[in-house]
Amino acid sequence: MSSNRKLKISILRYDPHIKDDKARMEVFEVDEAPGMTLYIVLNDIRKHMDNSLKFDFVCRAGICGSCAMLINGSPGLACSALTSKMDSDITLAPLPTFELIGDLSIFTGNWMRGLNEHLETWIHTESDKDFNILEEVMEPELAEEIYELDRCIECGCCVAGCGTMQMNENFLGAVGINKIARYQLDPRDKRDDEDYYELVGDADGVFGCMTLLGCEDVCPKNLPLQSKIAYLRRKMLQIGK
Amino acid sequence: MSEKRRINKMPARLDFLQSLTGVILALFISGHILFESSILISKDAMYTMTLFFEGYFFFGEKHPSIISFLASSVLIIIIIHAAIALRKFPSSYAQYKIFRRHMKSLNHHDTSLWAVQVITGFFMFFLASIHLYTMITMPSSIGPYASSERIISEVMWPLYFLLLFAVVIHAGIGIYRLILKWGLFEASKQKYMKQRRTLLRTIMYFVITIYLVIGVASLIRYMNIGLSDDFEKGERYHP
Repeated sequence: MSSNRKLKISILRYDPHIKDDKARMEVFEVDEAPGMTLYIVLNDIRKHMDNSLKFDFVCRAGICGSCAMLINGSPGLACSALTSKMDSDITLAPLPTFELIGDLSIFTGNWMRGLNEHLETWIHTESDKDFNILEEVMEPELAEEIYELDRCIECGCCVAGCGTMQMNENFLGAVGINKIARYQLDPRDKRDDEDYYELVGDADGVFGCMTLLGCEDVCPKNLPLQSKIAYLRRKMLQIGK
Repeated sequence: MSEKRRINKMPARLDFLQSLTGVILALFISGHILFESSILISKDAMYTMTLFFEGYFFFGEKHPSIISFLASSVLIIIIIHAAIALRKFPSSYAQYKIFRRHMKSLNHHDTSLWAVQVITGFFMFFLASIHLYTMITMPSSIGPYASSERIISEVMWPLYFLLLFAVVIHAGIGIYRLILKWGLFEASKQKYMKQRRTLLRTIMYFVITIYLVIGVASLIRYMNIGLSDDFEKGERYHP
């Protein structure tokens, strides 16, 4: 691997909380190291060049979803992006759609919370459930399918990669539709398909999706978004026909 | 879990109707281009094809009104399809610019294909309407000589070239998108999904190319007949 490359990192800088701050591109030169990720690059810049640079990270391992940003225009996680797989000129910008905290740092939390509250992304059971009775057995295949969808880390990449979202800001995005597919599959959730139709059966939900598949192609967790959106669309058509 | 409410079924029905009308129109155009390409075999073949669609082999006489009826039906389906599809069009210049910026920044094949879909669809509002109106009002102007005359003397060829490209590309991408949208021909495992999509896209480009080649070749043949064959204005071909 070429570890003596100089990386030219252009970062879109802007902090809406600083009065009269202007959006600008700032360029930093970083010596590439073996196995370097953009997360390491950003820390390097902050430690040695500009300690005012704002960006988010927690886990450094593609699990928390905090470091999602536009990498050369395409959404992705900085901690999973190996510089060796990229050109030496790299452009970074914050994910659109979400509230900007400053530079590359965005507030996905409030957006995702709003989505989860709206879709009620929790198991709906009878209120008088007797917890002394053993739970019904679930087939391992189904459990696995549900678990697969539960791997969503709410990083916001699918939202930023969605063309539909650009033209309809009320669109639920793949993250929202995926969550409903997850609860729809779960026999423990007592909501029926009509309940789900009320949540996703319109132009802001599954019938608004134009199948541009940006979500499927940028999801860092490789969730089956394309097939689950299609699945939910077929299910919801059954209700709407 | 609560009592049954009245749900709005319209969004589901519109989405389905957009796909359904799209499939019907795609089937129609794939037949249309093949039938008209009979001119590439011979004038007699195309003449026989004309007689068939004028109902000669069923009624023993020609009924060009069948063509009018077919063209009217297609126009109605197009109007329904366009009206539903309009929901998805960018509704202002600002929105169009936002999408364009997103598309350029993301540089993503399936996102960019949608822009092609919007542009070809938009142009067909005009191109297809003109063509269909001619077919509705002058249904007997089809035939080896009549079509050639229409293409050359009435200068329809530039419109037909544009329409051919717009309709074939629009239908090809449309059917491809429809397959993805409703989850047809999905791979059994997630890791093969991208591979499957690439395969579908390759088939789509292949079919588009085939139809464009056939369509352009037929159109050139009609132009050729219109320019070089010795027939009077309004004269009909007879084997």
